[in-house]
Amino acid sequence: MKRAAIVALAALFAVTLIVLLLDLPAPAVDLPAAVGARMADSGVAHPVTAVLLNFRGYDTLLEIGVLLLALIVVLAVAPREGVAALPRADPVLQTLARVAVPLMLLAGVYLLWAGAFRPGGAFQAGAVLAAAAVLLHLAGLAPAWNAPGKRLRVGLAAGFLVFLGVAAALLAQGTLLQFPPAWAGALILLVEAALTVSLALILAGLFLFLS
Amino acid sequence: MADPLPWLILLPLLWATGAFLLGPARGARLAIAGTAVQLWLAFALAAKVGAERTALHHPVGGWGAPLGIDLAADGLAALLLILTQLVALPLFVYARGYFAAAAASWFWPLAGFLLAGMNALFLSADLFNLYVTLELVGLAAVGLVAVGGQAAGGQLAAALRYLFATLVGAGFYLLGVALIYGTYGTVSIASLTPLIAADAPPVVGFAAGLMLAGLMVKTALFPFHYWLPPAHGGAPAPVSALLSALVVKASFYLILRLWLGPFAPLVQAAAWLPALLGAAAILWGSWRAIRAERLKELVAWSTVAQLGYLFLIFPLLGDDRLALHAGGMQVVSHGLAKAAMFAAVGVLIQVTGRDAVHAVAGVAVRLPVTLLAFGLAGVTLMGLPPSGGFLAKWLLIDAALARGRWDMVIVILAGGLLAAAYVFRVLRQAFLLPPSGERRRVERRPAAPLEWAAFALAAASVLVGLRGMEIVRLLGGSAS
Amino acid sequence: MSTGTIFACTGVILFAMGVAGVILLDHLLRRILAFNLMGSGAFLVLVGLGQRAGHPDPVPQAMVLTGIVVAVAATALALALARRLFALTGGYVLPPGDARDGDG
Repeated sequence: MKRAAIVALAALFAVTLIVLLLDLPAPAVDLPAAVGARMADSGVAHPVTAVLLNFRGYDTLLEIGVLLLALIVVLAVAPREGVAALPRADPVLQTLARVAVPLMLLAGVYLLWAGAFRPGGAFQAGAVLAAAAVLLHLAGLAPAWNAPGKRLRVGLAAGFLVFLGVAAALLAQGTLLQFPPAWAGALILLVEAALTVSLALILAGLFLFLS
Repeated sequence: MADPLPWLILLPLLWATGAFLLGPARGARLAIAGTAVQLWLAFALAAKVGAERTALHHPVGGWGAPLGIDLAADGLAALLLILTQLVALPLFVYARGYFAAAAASWFWPLAGFLLAGMNALFLSADLFNLYVTLELVGLAAVGLVAVGGQAAGGQLAAALRYLFATLVGAGFYLLGVALIYGTYGTVSIASLTPLIAADAPPVVGFAAGLMLAGLMVKTALFPFHYWLPPAHGGAPAPVSALLSALVVKASFYLILRLWLGPFAPLVQAAAWLPALLGAAAILWGSWRAIRAERLKELVAWSTVAQLGYLFLIFPLLGDDRLALHAGGMQVVSHGLAKAAMFAAVGVLIQVTGRDAVHAVAGVAVRLPVTLLAFGLAGVTLMGLPPSGGFLAKWLLIDAALARGRWDMVIVILAGGLLAAAYVFRVLRQAFLLPPSGERRRVERRPAAPLEWAAFALAAASVLVGLRGMEIVRLLGGSAS
Repeated sequence: MSTGTIFACTGVILFAMGVAGVILLDHLLRRILAFNLMGSGAFLVLVGLGQRAGHPDPVPQAMVLTGIVVAVAATALALALARRLFALTGGYVLPPGDARDGDG
């Protein structure tokens, strides 16, 4: 009974790990304190954004690469033939879309700007904008996407290229991704703005290229 | 002089994005130029590490671990960086000639992301950053398997199996990182090593087991090897070469790094397990290779077997560093040889039009360079002098005898004999049997770059045995 | 037993369920969902253990943001491949077999 064996193993795994988790000593390194101490130099006022775009910005650079990579694979296996068909139009959904999408655009732009002071930022804004695009498609107001032309490819890659460009420029003067404290806020906003556009296009594309 | 560490990561990301912008099936020249520069940077890095006899560091963002992420390069990382660019460059020249116009699809951007991920993996000194690089490499590899040629049904199934295996492996690794962060409050390897040595609650041992198990799934260690033969055997030849030569070595490098670094105090008691599984891999993989009907399937099972040698070193690791040198030599020579073998097999399949061992009857007359490449690669896999494979097995046997492990010596020698069996299967078909009776259709003559790329890789795998001293010096310590 | 620890224990259970699902299930879409469950479990452990002392910790939260993006990328890739397999074979199940059924 292979099925029963694996379920039993998974249960044993979970129980063992929970028991081990119940008494952990206090952590030896206190990173939240370090984040709080250095946040003034990071250029933003919210700790998560500071970690994401400055202290561990290199992780963010690589993850945008992962997302672009997934999009390229989607493009490669997406159906290429035929004109993309519009889904059947439902009047209730269309009205909802017409009302919601402008509000979602507004929310997206707000989230991008708010990321410097409170929860928000490029990823959240890009996700909301992409959801608006998907909603438009599901309501029959926008077609699915065919293979991207030059302009769409530039839009998809722009955020990553801006981030890479900033990284290379900073590298030429010193350490990789070392934002000078005076310029950090402006540079982070620039990178986040470009990322929002690209992320919105990539996330929307992950859905719309496959439709 | 620019610091080579971050440029080795930024450069492939830049040309991969450039290749994406150029459009489908374009970007070959960009890739080749970029990889040539990366090869030069990798050599410069190795020279620096060798000259300063200490690891190089680069604190990303200027913050320094544990607040920021650190890049670090020691001898082992430098060696693997050289191997990666050295294998990738001829393979890209090969791939440019191999893919027909439209079939290249998005190969070039995907290959660029793969190289960037691998370079980032070898240079990272932060456990969570290593997770992101693992996913970058894994997803790029799956993408290459699925779309490097035309996505037929069998190839898709192989790609999906590979995807699930790599995702489960990465998931185990991530859970381990989560547990370690929860215990110590940091994911920087440099900070963790003294902390774990000082005090390790049982959950840390559990986390270490999780992470190493996840990485072993990604390295296709027996019995988790089930995904490798379909994926490497079904992909187009340049993709198979990149995967077998490089991608599986990335997760092995991580296992070695964790085993020798932060988890060193935790894993001593369990060193027999990977060695046992490695021995099983050598025997089972070689057996399946001998029985394989298709060329690429044969070479893929050979990868399963050769990876087994790498896992034999774990019980032998110690102060004399013999086992570490053996592992490094095996990684380098197998990487070059397997890339050469897949490249040669790709040419054979293109010329004969079929992927079958018995279909290569009599091609030796037409394709001497290709068969020579296959033969030289086989010399390394069998472990004949003076190849790199011979040096690797010699060092491994030396290390085993130093600890009285006669059982390992027998397995290593048996593996060499079995490798000879499957290599000679192909050579015998090509050289000795007369051309089969059926009327041959006009076969395409492969482009010269394809054959010579395969030959260059194979020759390198043999010649690297002559440079063994330098590799040992790079890895630190004398060969004694 | 702080809330952080409860999150972490829940995460462990979800992770175990997810792994069992990926291994045991046959339908591709359900396996992809199980993978997402596994990922969410790991993220819960990361965030939960980070705040078991009571106050929130921004570093694992940023790490989880990164992890979510990576999981989305992996899911999209898996779905694209599954979609293409459906177009070719008419089903969402991997054909059984081993290396013998690749095609060069």
